[in-house]
Amino acid sequence: MLPIECPCCGPRDHDEFRYGGDASVTRPAHDDPDPEAWYRYVFIRANPAGLHREFWQHVIGCRQWLVVERDTRNHAIASVELARKSPHSKSLARKSPA
Amino acid sequence: MSSNHKRLSMGGRIDREQPVEFTFDGRSLIGYRGDTLASALLANGVTLVGRSFKYHRPRGIFSAGPEEPNALVTLATAGRRQPNLPATTLELQDGLVAESQNRWPSLTFDVQSVNGLLAPFLSAGFYYKTFMGPTRRAWMFYEHFIRKAAGLGRAGTDPDSDRYDISHAFADVAIIGGGPAGLSAARAAAAAGARVALIEQDFLLGGQLLAEPSDSAAAKWLRQAEAELESSETVTLMKRTTAFGSYDGNVIGLVGQRDPANPRPAGEVLQTFTMLRARSIVFATGAIERPMIFSNNDRPGVMLASAARTYLNRFAVLPGKKIVVATGNDSAWRAAFDLAGAGAEVTVADLRAAPSTALAAEAGRLGVVVRAATRIVDLNGGHAVRRATLNEADGQSEATCDLVCVSGGWSPTVHLTSHLGVKPQYRDDIGGFVPGAFPADRFGAGSMMGIFSTADVIEDGHRAGTEAASFCGKSAPVPAPSKLDLGETATAPFREIPSLGRGKAFVDFQMDVTTGDIELAYREGYESVEHLKRYTTLGMGTDQGKTSNFAALASMAALRNATIPETGATTFRPPYTPVAIGALAGRAIGHHFKPIRRTPMHDWHMANGAEMLEVGLWMRPYFYRQSGLDVNEAYVAEMRSVRQAAGLMDISTLGKIDVQGPDAAIFLDRIYANGFAKLPVGRARYGVMLRDDGIVLDDGTTTRLGENRFFMTTSTAKAADVLSRLEFLLDTAWPDLRVAVTSVSDEWAAMSVAGPKSRAILNAAFPALDVSDAALAHMGLLESEWQGRALRILRLSYSGERAYEIYVGATAGEQLWSRLLEAGRPLDLKPYGVEALGALRVEKGHVAGPEIDGRTTLDDLGLGRLAGKRSGFVGDVLRRRPAFQAPDRQRLVGLECIEEGKRLRGGAILFLPGEKPYGHGRGRVTSVTFSPERGHHVGLALLSGDVASEGSEVVAVYPMKAETVRARIVSPVFLDPQGERLHG
Repeated sequence: MLPIECPCCGPRDHDEFRYGGDASVTRPAHDDPDPEAWYRYVFIRANPAGLHREFWQHVIGCRQWLVVERDTRNHAIASVELARKSPHSKSLARKSPA
Repeated sequence: MSSNHKRLSMGGRIDREQPVEFTFDGRSLIGYRGDTLASALLANGVTLVGRSFKYHRPRGIFSAGPEEPNALVTLATAGRRQPNLPATTLELQDGLVAESQNRWPSLTFDVQSVNGLLAPFLSAGFYYKTFMGPTRRAWMFYEHFIRKAAGLGRAGTDPDSDRYDISHAFADVAIIGGGPAGLSAARAAAAAGARVALIEQDFLLGGQLLAEPSDSAAAKWLRQAEAELESSETVTLMKRTTAFGSYDGNVIGLVGQRDPANPRPAGEVLQTFTMLRARSIVFATGAIERPMIFSNNDRPGVMLASAARTYLNRFAVLPGKKIVVATGNDSAWRAAFDLAGAGAEVTVADLRAAPSTALAAEAGRLGVVVRAATRIVDLNGGHAVRRATLNEADGQSEATCDLVCVSGGWSPTVHLTSHLGVKPQYRDDIGGFVPGAFPADRFGAGSMMGIFSTADVIEDGHRAGTEAASFCGKSAPVPAPSKLDLGETATAPFREIPSLGRGKAFVDFQMDVTTGDIELAYREGYESVEHLKRYTTLGMGTDQGKTSNFAALASMAALRNATIPETGATTFRPPYTPVAIGALAGRAIGHHFKPIRRTPMHDWHMANGAEMLEVGLWMRPYFYRQSGLDVNEAYVAEMRSVRQAAGLMDISTLGKIDVQGPDAAIFLDRIYANGFAKLPVGRARYGVMLRDDGIVLDDGTTTRLGENRFFMTTSTAKAADVLSRLEFLLDTAWPDLRVAVTSVSDEWAAMSVAGPKSRAILNAAFPALDVSDAALAHMGLLESEWQGRALRILRLSYSGERAYEIYVGATAGEQLWSRLLEAGRPLDLKPYGVEALGALRVEKGHVAGPEIDGRTTLDDLGLGRLAGKRSGFVGDVLRRRPAFQAPDRQRLVGLECIEEGKRLRGGAILFLPGEKPYGHGRGRVTSVTFSPERGHHVGLALLSGDVASEGSEVVAVYPMKAETVRARIVSPVFLDPQGERLHG
């Protein structure tokens, strides 16, 4: 079990979360017509041995989508923050204590 | 012979006031509280306890712990069987019934021990080489017989009648192992202020200290430590608890046994699986003694030296009277001295030319015969050892004996640390593997770190406990550890080079792997330890090669003329000891395996003859028994009633999502392939969502309740995925859109009234509402209240008939359902189930789960026109990929069966007429139904576009039932292509 420090709910086991894939790829604008951009966004992954930014959603909890920095070599989680960066939710975001 | 004739009259940690009755192979025997099954058997003079895996050789008790390779028994009580349990870890309890394994007809006379004579043919890889033959067929024929001849215990075939439980535990510092290192670590960590969990697999704390005499200084130290920890409020002592696995997030998997002395009320759990989460972990797992390799070293009566000492001092059993101790290190001498002190005649055969003078002096004092530069090469005796052959510098001699104690050195127990990827590293100075570098929150202590004197082990445990507590921020001053010095002398490691007599020399006793097998593997090129393991099955038994691993590596290293680090070590994986599946399942068995979701009308369905079907977590009516005797009869009747009068269906399981906000229309425009921005208030629209890669995700209808508010429905199966996806897009991609999405699936009961008489039924049920076509047109919405609850009526059709979806506050669901049935009774309204629902949509050519299977695009499903020339929605760009436009892309078609008396089946593979039915074919049948309208079976299929011309024929092959059916390609809409019935 990986404990994930949810910014809203505190430390929770990863089985309360849904994995959402690589958070380091840039999603093209919704009306971007470039197939190459979409191809890179959907299919191309760096697969690093080391820190990996990835999305997790606290589905059995606050339902927030989070960006988690996880070391793929040992599952150590370096940071957790809310994926949404709008002004009203910023006050909730805090870095987990490494 | 009298019972317990090998038991000493004094000493040990058994309670002679509490005799315990048990049975072994039908023989009633007596042991005492504090015994293991193994110690009680030895006390009763039982030395033959099992037959080996492959050669059916007689085997005895080899160890006194979880490393036991031989003495595996089956517990058989009240019709239930627990196989392959080491007798050395089974706490003796009243009424215990144990059986030996892998023997027939009896343990002393076993027919298949003739396998031993066939041994030259049963070498590593023999089965595969011989029985594979030129084709796989030969192996498949022989495998059954081979599997029957080899093996260990048999599990029972009845369901497990015992109960298990799962629990969660938390600690600052978890300490695994209750020997001197673990005890010392626990005292230090507790003193520093940490909450401590101390885990010990045995029913007594003490580890190797339990092998010390019960009146010694070690025993006193142990009593003090135990008393101190027991009285501490911050220490949880978990005895009878095995840490079987170490997992990410500092989670340790534990299995705890109950104390057999406590009465067990009915329903009490047998074992508890605990997930322990700790902030730091101290591994104090000790070390396991290694055997020595010589001919017939597996005979009953060969035992690890430390085990013999444990049986003597802990259990007051003298396992032999004339004993040969074969070793090359100092630790085995301690066993020799204690055994001699208890009255046995002991000979020490030490490989070393000059064992220390201190040892020699003590040996002289106790009358122990010392033979230096001597190695044991062979043993004589079948069911019990009789004679040992010893090689000395000046020739060979024989020694009569009834017990041979062996010690080939010690292997630190690095299994649990390896689970988390800490690679074992070889240390030449101790001749064994210790864990490599730990992460900051894990610590090793004591002999598992290669520290072997008790005084040093206690110091090291103290250090590890203090550091582990400090890692958790607990740094109160810790007093110096209470000391204990047993005066052990360090031993230089020795590299055993086996010289053998006649007969097999076993490396892995449990898997019957010999030195010969390792040589064969080497000759045939399986030099890597990972290959060696798989080729010979070495270390693959239930003991995971705890005693054999090192000897095998050392043998292979010698054959390759390589060092041990060059040869490498295999990877240890959980579980450390076998774990009952029942314990891991806990209470999640049968209907508790997963939660069950029931609709608000569930009780009505159950009371009114519904046959229920599990759909994901949901229970849904499959069909109603009033409609027919079986599903095939019932669904056709239910279809007819929908098409001719009206049917009522519980659709509460649909996903329901409330979408609100000033940008809700823009949002829907982006997530659906078809447009929603221009949808008028009060109207519903069918919509299809794609994934980013252009594949269809889900479909459903969304209704505009107001300018900024929509009511979305999804398929039952995809409800959770769709909601999560919408939240993802709003949180990560388009945080600028002012939209909120909320699941309202459980807040609404939903039912559909479908059929030509549906409007009349609504009229009767809701006399105050205007449901005329003028007020409620197709795809229209009517919002109202019913019995004080919100009511939404949507005129939507899935079946192709005039139909209404009615949503009401969940608590009023069953009431409204009954009201509709009552109002509809004069109009022949009948409930229908999911089988009829599916059949109705197939007849109408609507796609559903079997077609929206995560591989199909809008164009594949004939829905390309929905998107038209729109752009800017999810999946828009990649759905235009060239590969999706290929002419042989499988597209949706309709099929009708054209052979009298035959039927189509879902999953059938499609071929062209005359084509050899082999491989993946040209496509597949996805959904089928009998069509009462057409009078034969029809189906939907995905068929390669280049052969999918309407009117031509295909052959549907269903190999599971050896069926081949001719079918004609037609339009997928089998009924009412103009959609006139929607208004009928």
